[in-house]
Amino acid sequence: MLILERSTNTTWHDVCAMDDIIVGTGVAARLNGEQLAVFNTGSGVFAIGNFDPFSGANVLARGLLGDIAGVLVVASPVYKQHFCLKTGQCLEDPEISVPAYETRICDQSKRIQIRVDSV
Amino acid sequence: MKKLQLLIVGNGMVGQRLLEDLSRMPHVYNITVFCEESRAAYDRVHLSSYFSGASADELSLVAPEFFEQNDIRFLREEAVQSIDCLRKTAFGTRGTIIKYDTLVLATGSYPYVPPIPGHDRVGCHVYRTLDDLDAIRRDAANCRTGVVIGGGLLGLEAAKALSDLGLQTHVVEFAPQLMAVQLDQQGGAILRNKITALGVQVHNGKSTQKIIDGDQSRHKLVFADGELEADLILFSAGIRPRDALARDAGLAVGERGGVIVNDYFQTSDPDIYAIGEVALWQNKIFGLVAPGYDMARKLAAHLCQQSGEAFTGADMSTKLKLMGVEVGSIGDAQARSPGARTCVYEDGVKGVYKKLIVSDDCKTLLGAVLVGDTSDYDSLLQYMLNALPLPESPSSLILPSLEGKPMLGVDALPGTAQICSCNNVSKAGLCQAITSGCTTIGALKKETRAASTCGGCASLVKQVLESELKRQGIAVNDHICEHFACTRQGLYHLVRINKIRTFDELLQQHGKGHGCEICKPAAASIFASCWNDFVLDPKLVGLQDTNDNFLANLQKDGSYSVVPRIPGGEITPQKLEVLAKVAQQYDLYTKITGGQRIDLFGARVDQLPMIWRDLVDAGFESGHAYGKALRTVKSCVGSSWCRYGVQDSVGMAIYVEERYRGLRSPHKLKMAVSGCTRECAEAQSKDVGIIATEKGWNLYVCGNGGMRPRHAELFASDLDDATLIRYIDRFLMFYIATADRLQRTSVWRDNMVGGLSYLQDVVINDSLGLASELEAQMQSLVDTYVCEWKRTIEDPEALKRFRPFVNDDLPDEQIVYVRERGQKRPPRAEEKALASIEHEELV
Ligand code: SRM
Ligand SMILES: Cc1cc2nc3c(=O)[nH]c(=O)nc-3n(C[C@H](O)[C@H](O)[C@H](O)COP(=O)(O)OP(=O)(O)OC[C@H]3O[C@@H](n4cnc5c(N)ncnc54)[C@H](O)[C@@H]3O)c2cc1C
Ligand code: SF4
Ligand code: FES
Repeated sequence: MLILERSTNTTWHDVCAMDDIIVGTGVAARLNGEQLAVFNTGSGVFAIGNFDPFSGANVLARGLLGDIAGVLVVASPVYKQHFCLKTGQCLEDPEISVPAYETRICDQSKRIQIRVDSV
Repeated sequence: MKKLQLLIVGNGMVGQRLLEDLSRMPHVYNITVFCEESRAAYDRVHLSSYFSGASADELSLVAPEFFEQNDIRFLREEAVQSIDCLRKTAFGTRGTIIKYDTLVLATGSYPYVPPIPGHDRVGCHVYRTLDDLDAIRRDAANCRTGVVIGGGLLGLEAAKALSDLGLQTHVVEFAPQLMAVQLDQQGGAILRNKITALGVQVHNGKSTQKIIDGDQSRHKLVFADGELEADLILFSAGIRPRDALARDAGLAVGERGGVIVNDYFQTSDPDIYAIGEVALWQNKIFGLVAPGYDMARKLAAHLCQQSGEAFTGADMSTKLKLMGVEVGSIGDAQARSPGARTCVYEDGVKGVYKKLIVSDDCKTLLGAVLVGDTSDYDSLLQYMLNALPLPESPSSLILPSLEGKPMLGVDALPGTAQICSCNNVSKAGLCQAITSGCTTIGALKKETRAASTCGGCASLVKQVLESELKRQGIAVNDHICEHFACTRQGLYHLVRINKIRTFDELLQQHGKGHGCEICKPAAASIFASCWNDFVLDPKLVGLQDTNDNFLANLQKDGSYSVVPRIPGGEITPQKLEVLAKVAQQYDLYTKITGGQRIDLFGARVDQLPMIWRDLVDAGFESGHAYGKALRTVKSCVGSSWCRYGVQDSVGMAIYVEERYRGLRSPHKLKMAVSGCTRECAEAQSKDVGIIATEKGWNLYVCGNGGMRPRHAELFASDLDDATLIRYIDRFLMFYIATADRLQRTSVWRDNMVGGLSYLQDVVINDSLGLASELEAQMQSLVDTYVCEWKRTIEDPEALKRFRPFVNDDLPDEQIVYVRERGQKRPPRAEEKALASIEHEELV
């Protein structure tokens, strides 16, 4: 879907080009001092926090993508817990989640933008 | 309660089994064992493997500390000399005197040596104990020719041993055929042809009259018609029960030997029992280990006053492989039962002979003879033992048919059907163990002992396991994950046969959903094993497991370690200097690994390409420490320096490491090469171990260190370089094709139906006709190898992924270190907490 939003909402940030992410993988991005993990699954672009609460390292962008019973997830590269790409919820532990961010694709499908609530 | 004194005479296979069975139950005995031999019980059944590399320790049947743990008094190298039944006292040859309440004779038997003149000349041997084998080995070193007197089962096995020792071997048999007890005439004749073709000369119908000095050799055997010269003579003319002790003590013995026992193994003195090969039950001696084990089990129960099952005899069917020739004999092989009918299949070209002996109404199987092909043995045995109704035309059971035979499903067997005769495990016993959680072959073997002695029942045990799991609805879901309804092996074949090169294709054609962190790396590994495409290719990179993804090992803080390949552990000072420089420049924690190489820890993802540029420039290659791939080939210094080395182990290790570097497999692979039998490279703990011999190399396979150590097994001996490599090629590609995901070769081997000999058949004898294909597959991988790091640093697209952030080039500031012993390391949790407090205070 292509939405070119020209409103005054300043919380959308341009992060990178679509080409910057190989389909089926993720990259780390920095926004407002936060580390984000941005993924292109091939069927959509998703962004969650890059910090893995289990290992305490900034690594989720380097996890493997997949689905568990239809829920799109990334598996932490350290201890392999799964996080839902849409909500940031950890599938193994209901108490734990990482932040999830809205994403959109602009500029004729070339750029990825992410909405971060301003701090 | 006052303890009773139980005295066991003999620590052979059966005596030891009795001890084990007793130690598993609560009992009231103080146990003393007299062991005449210099070693505690060992596996006599596999005695010959002592000549093909098994050590005495490997043959041992006694777990370390067994006697201590079970409070058993064990008198090594002391025989019982006499027994006083009235005073219930036994006298040992070293002066030990024991008063007993109960005594068990488990003295086995001795090889019969016919009293022909000259039978006791120097250089005449028998074949029963490890000491006998030591003596034969010593003597054979100075001999060229050997002759075995006796062409029965044991004689042929001994002949094989002699020919393995390099002797030109003859077998002399009095009867007109070989294995007269187990085979019929025609079966014996076919066996003879096969054995002759293997270079052993067979002389039937010859009775030796005397042995005298030879003209060319040490001895000359003189027959009624003719003579034969040989340097070494081995008697294998049958066994006789060791009943002298019992005879002297006044116990009843049989006319032709053997201590007479009743159904509960009591001799004529009710406090003295006899089991194993010394016992004569209903005028029968049982010269096989399975009936002996059955006796031990029943006697243990009887002594503990449990159930006290009566002995009901035993089936003497046997299946074995003599010099590579399969032979099976079931039940009434000579068709002696009244009214018995036979049906025969013979293929003179292949040397296959099969005969069925059926009842006169053709309803039940009475016996069978199989030579050259025993694949039908298991099912025929079950037909006979359980009197299962035969199919309309019984011959269909032995005829080769393209559609497959009427399968005897294990489901057709009653619960009482004995599956493992060595250990008397019934189908019901197996099912019970499966229900209580033994859902793998390994667990089932351990729990029930089934398939752990001769291994002949392994395929039946596996069938029972599979069918039972299915029946109980225990999910034998062997699907790799929810996205593919097949195993890793299944995926491998789909990929190879359909030439699939990408995950999308694989998913579209054979899977569903998006894949996951289980099937994706498995597919990536399979693609690499089949096609060897660049792992960081945009189509493949998203499939790679975490570590392969960045070609380095992820550490707990998100940084990486770098392990360059150091083939065989050999490294020049110049290269060491490069490692030192790189480590200094990037401040990397440096450690010698357990695999003879050097690991540099604490590199940030964005530093990896720079580090590798320096390393590649200096000639280093990826060490694949991150991959399910060949890791290291450990070596000892070998013949170049070591005063004991007999081959160049470093040279071989480097050759092997360079040949198989980069090879992706179901799990990691480790190898080692030692320059002599002292084994400083610990090759016997590796997936592939190579140990130098005077004549070449011994190849060991399927060893493992790690969580469940497993000794590697001797696979082939004295190989030249080319054969060695050929076998390893085949072995590895066969493993890659058939192993489960993340299954080391050790576990793969433990679950392999048919065990080591099956694997040897496939790799050495090419029984599946796959050898040349496996070699070609390996060669294509060897030819297409490229160092992944070299390729990566030359590929700007691949390098993009190593940027710390897609929109910012500043590294991750949260990776911080403390210093210890002159090097950095990640802070512990409490150190991190402290650091952040200090930080806040500073602000
Ligand atoms: C670095 C090293 C320890 C050291 O400082 O010496 C090491 C480190 C790791 N080992 Fe190991 N093993 C190292 C030698 C060994 C050895 C000894 C050997 O190879 O002679 C063994 C036992 C031998 C064996 O495998 O049979 C060994 C048995 C394991 C196992 C258990 C495997 C098993 O089958 O039971 C694992 C876990 C696994 O692979 O699933 C493991 C896994 C690991 C991992 C990969 C765990 C992980 O995922 O982070 C460690 C990361 C390595 C890194 O970051 O670089 N490591 N590991 C050694 C690297 C050797 C090398 O040069 O490549
Ligand atoms: C080469 C070979 C291959 C074989 N292959 C097979 C096979 O494939 N399948 C099969 O089923 N069977 C096979 N057998 C037979 C099997 O090994 C025997 O059936 C089994 O070992 C019998 O066990 P046992 O305990 O009765 O006797 P043994 O194992 O012979 O043990 C008797 C022990 O008692 C000791 N002893 C004797 N007298 C005294 C005394 N007075 N005091 C103290 N100790 C004493 C002896 O030294 C000996 O150690 C084979 C045997 C040989 C030799
Ligand atoms: S295994 Fe043998 S050759 Fe190698 S170092 Fe040890 S003693 Fe020397
Ligand atoms: S029949 Fe020998 S191990 Fe089972």
